[in-house]
Amino acid sequence: MQAANANGAETGPTDEYVTVYVADTLFGLAIERVHDVFVPSGVTPVPLAPSEIVGLLNLRGRVVTAVCLRRRLGLPDAVAQDDKASPKMAIGLEQTGETFALVVDGVGEVLRLGADSREAVPINLDPRWRNLATCVHRLDGRLLVILDVDALLGFSAAGAKAA
Amino acid sequence: MDDLLREFLTESGEHLDTVDAELVRFEQDPNNQTILRNIFRLVHTIKGTCGFLGLPRLEALAHAAETLMGRFRDGLPATSESVTLILSTLDRLKAILADLEATGSEPAGSDDDLISELERMASAEPEAAPAPPPEIVLPEPVSRELKPGEVSLDDLEAAFLAAPGPSEADFAAPVSAPVEAPKAEAPKPAAPKAVAPKAEPAEADSVKAEPAGDTEAVVATETTAAGSKIQTIRVNVDTLEHLMTMVSELVLTRNQLLEIARRHEDSSYKVPLQRLSHVTAELQEGVMKTRMQPIGSAWQKLPRVVRDLSAELGKQIDLVMVGAETELDRQVLEVIKDPLTHMVRNSADHGLESTAGRIAVGKPARGTIRLAAYHEGGTITIEIADDGKGLDLAAIRKKAVERGLASQSDVERMTDAQVAKFIFDAGFSTAAAVTSVSGRGVGMDVVKTNIETIGGIIDIATTAGRGTTFTIKIPLTLAIVAALIVRAGEHRFALPQVAVLELVRVDAGAQRVERINGSPVLRLRERLLPIVSLTGLLGQSDGQGAETEQAGFVVVAQVGRERFGILVDEVFHTEEIVVKPMSAKLRHIPMFAGNTILGDGAVVLIVDPNGVARQVAQGIQGSNSHADADAESEAAEMGDAKTTLLVFKGGQGSFKAVPLSLVTRLEEIECDKVEWLGGRPLIQYRGRLMPLVPADSAITIRSEGTQALVVFSDGERAMGLVVDEIVDIVEERLDIEIAADRSDLIGSAVLRGRATDIINIAHFLPLAYDDWARGPKKAEQASTLLLVDDSAFFRDMLSPVLKAAGYQVITAASAEAALTILQSDARVEVVVTDLEMPGRSGFDLVAAMRGAEPRLAGLPVIGLTGTVGTDVVERARSLAISDLVAKFDRSGLIAALAEISATNVSQAA
Repeated sequence: MQAANANGAETGPTDEYVTVYVADTLFGLAIERVHDVFVPSGVTPVPLAPSEIVGLLNLRGRVVTAVCLRRRLGLPDAVAQDDKASPKMAIGLEQTGETFALVVDGVGEVLRLGADSREAVPINLDPRWRNLATCVHRLDGRLLVILDVDALLGFSAAGAKAA
Repeated sequence: MDDLLREFLTESGEHLDTVDAELVRFEQDPNNQTILRNIFRLVHTIKGTCGFLGLPRLEALAHAAETLMGRFRDGLPATSESVTLILSTLDRLKAILADLEATGSEPAGSDDDLISELERMASAEPEAAPAPPPEIVLPEPVSRELKPGEVSLDDLEAAFLAAPGPSEADFAAPVSAPVEAPKAEAPKPAAPKAVAPKAEPAEADSVKAEPAGDTEAVVATETTAAGSKIQTIRVNVDTLEHLMTMVSELVLTRNQLLEIARRHEDSSYKVPLQRLSHVTAELQEGVMKTRMQPIGSAWQKLPRVVRDLSAELGKQIDLVMVGAETELDRQVLEVIKDPLTHMVRNSADHGLESTAGRIAVGKPARGTIRLAAYHEGGTITIEIADDGKGLDLAAIRKKAVERGLASQSDVERMTDAQVAKFIFDAGFSTAAAVTSVSGRGVGMDVVKTNIETIGGIIDIATTAGRGTTFTIKIPLTLAIVAALIVRAGEHRFALPQVAVLELVRVDAGAQRVERINGSPVLRLRERLLPIVSLTGLLGQSDGQGAETEQAGFVVVAQVGRERFGILVDEVFHTEEIVVKPMSAKLRHIPMFAGNTILGDGAVVLIVDPNGVARQVAQGIQGSNSHADADAESEAAEMGDAKTTLLVFKGGQGSFKAVPLSLVTRLEEIECDKVEWLGGRPLIQYRGRLMPLVPADSAITIRSEGTQALVVFSDGERAMGLVVDEIVDIVEERLDIEIAADRSDLIGSAVLRGRATDIINIAHFLPLAYDDWARGPKKAEQASTLLLVDDSAFFRDMLSPVLKAAGYQVITAASAEAALTILQSDARVEVVVTDLEMPGRSGFDLVAAMRGAEPRLAGLPVIGLTGTVGTDVVERARSLAISDLVAKFDRSGLIAALAEISATNVSQAA
């Protein structure tokens, strides 16, 4: 909730989001956090790694940790199971000097959205989702869930604390 | 000001280190004026800067030390006592500097003790020795000359302070000031010299004469020092690190280009590419050089250490250093600094005999510690040798057996070199007496660990009566290493070459991997080599484990004393790889040292041989095939709250799981082997009849084909749990989410994203044997037992087991609850407690019990622990904990309880 407020405060009347989809849900990522959109290839799986991490890949000479949005959201690997070897798209994100690739099913257009369509995260959402989302936008015919990039990439720290 | 202060701190730190070393040299060679001048100059610089920066405490100390040193320069003999005093002053200076660095201001405190001592020594001595004659013979000016000599320094100081200018340029000016002062003084000593021949002893004369002449030289040194200063600049280490990273990237890109060029036969690329390759190589070398430091900088403290030790231990020790100019990466240097110091201390304390002892065996009275460093291939070799008594191998053998590190027969078969390596085990010390210097058995293991973390190796050679030599081989740099690229399963991995001894091809024929109770071993030149499969280690077993072991390569690796083989499927080539650190999210995996990008652009993981060695030593190799999963060997893995569970399908396709440690084995049986006796299914299993129980009422035993069984056993009895299909073995943190109200289930948990029922094995055991629950030890009266564990899962799992063993079980979820129960319930005869609990641990609980009323204080306690480390054992012993049992070691727990009741009975009798 705090994250939501902070994000709401720092962003102006309209924000731009890169939309991605996983399963049938449309998600938005703040455009200033998105460094790249690319097709991940040659992902090296890391044995013994947390399940969210698909592996490592080479993004123009940098080693990037690929995180699966599906697994991060606790979604069943249903479709992704077959696609694991060659995920469709990845979003390059940066956090504390490290680059991550967020593996998604597909990437949509960039949307410019105002505060008028913004809604708080519904409280009946799965707690896992609630922790990752900052707000929801009502679009024509569908909903856009805005994800908190830092929360998205913050799983290791959280896991370590719990352990 | 901040920058200035920082600069001052670094510089003063360096100066003090130099002064340390120089003073020790000076003590041995008191006539060497060059050394003295150097010391004097450095201390004076520190003093001057302190005054300039307004650090009165440092200034006063440095001033007092300088005064005494000024007296040395004037011919006062440098006694060991006075040098010790100056050294302790330097230590104080360093302490203040450290505080200054940490807090940004000078700490409060008084140094009067040292200052008065320094002043006393500076003023008292002249009356004792060389001063009196001039006083008698010479006219006033001379006797005045001595005192003004000191005062003039104060004047100087005042001048120094008065000198204006906060800028660097002005800052440099004061440095030359002290030089001028002695020069001004110079005529004065010259005066007595003219008069002296009358009465003064000749040597005093020459000593006095020298400073006069040498002042010129000081000026010269100063100017050259100032001159060379311009040619070096201080660069932030981060800048260099960044540069290094960029060059590493460049190397990678170049490698990729070369790879592409190899595939395309386009010659127009070739020439510029070659040029690029060449320039890159040179650039890489150049940048590497900037990170290089002479090893001497790590040795700088050692002369001082040895000097102090030699005084403390009453031994005469010479420290010989060879190859101090050998350069190595500063990152590496940082890591080896402390181990080196420790080893030199060790050599001085343990290695060298006492002076009397040396004379008795006809050796020179002075012992020698020799430090040598040199390049050898891509590595640096450092030797620390002493000419002492050598390691007492007989004592080490004895100690190794005592500590249970090896059996008597093993120890006898081991070579001396192997035996010597026992000293690297934690807590290993054969020193008869523990001195303040060493002998506590801490240290050598740390030394070894430190060296191994940077991919180095350490070796010992020892000859009785002749001395011991430690040889450390470390890589020149950590950033780029030679690695062997191998394939395991579907993926490639890099294995650092330093750990690799040889490669052995294995196949189904002569060189094949054999198994002892499922553990793979290889016969290599008449020795058995333990083997781990890389795929198995990484939990990638694909069910074809046995097959892949038929053919492949064994990479024989050595880490410390451990020699083992890593089974891989294919070996490609050796490559110089740029080590990239693991992502913060993955750094916890002990198996990997980093990752790298190969020439073809693929990312590969670098296997950490140390991590592998640890796994091998602990015998926790993820089993290659499910059927071999041995419950007991997995028990050790339960340390960090993760539980290994066997997942199977049982009834209507639902997933069920049971802790793997409870499982004895997994079986597939032919369905026609199932026999029915009295309406109950049985099979003949290992010469006995084993009852079969379906894991769920929905399961029916198949009539044809094969049937999967999970076998549980307890002592002589075994039970086969009939399941539909064995799915997987998972290791996860277990959060039981819903407590089921069915007696056959403990609850449900999410495993690998699937809701899974955790079955309660205690429900099934009585179904197989009616009397199982009542327990075979029914004859004994039921003792009451208190089980303390914060995890509901463990309580639920252990209580039935304990009940089955004939105990009345009371449970408590925390140390507090346990204490309340203990105080109110006098029936409790034994306490079984988890030692690692949040809040008050099991240790706290036992400590509280021991301090309580006699009834509680005397209660036997069994500790459950995930890890059995020496510290845990130690603590347990101090609290009189009867036994430590691994958390999942059911039979161990029962055995420990049986032992306690046995002793109780015998005590009663």
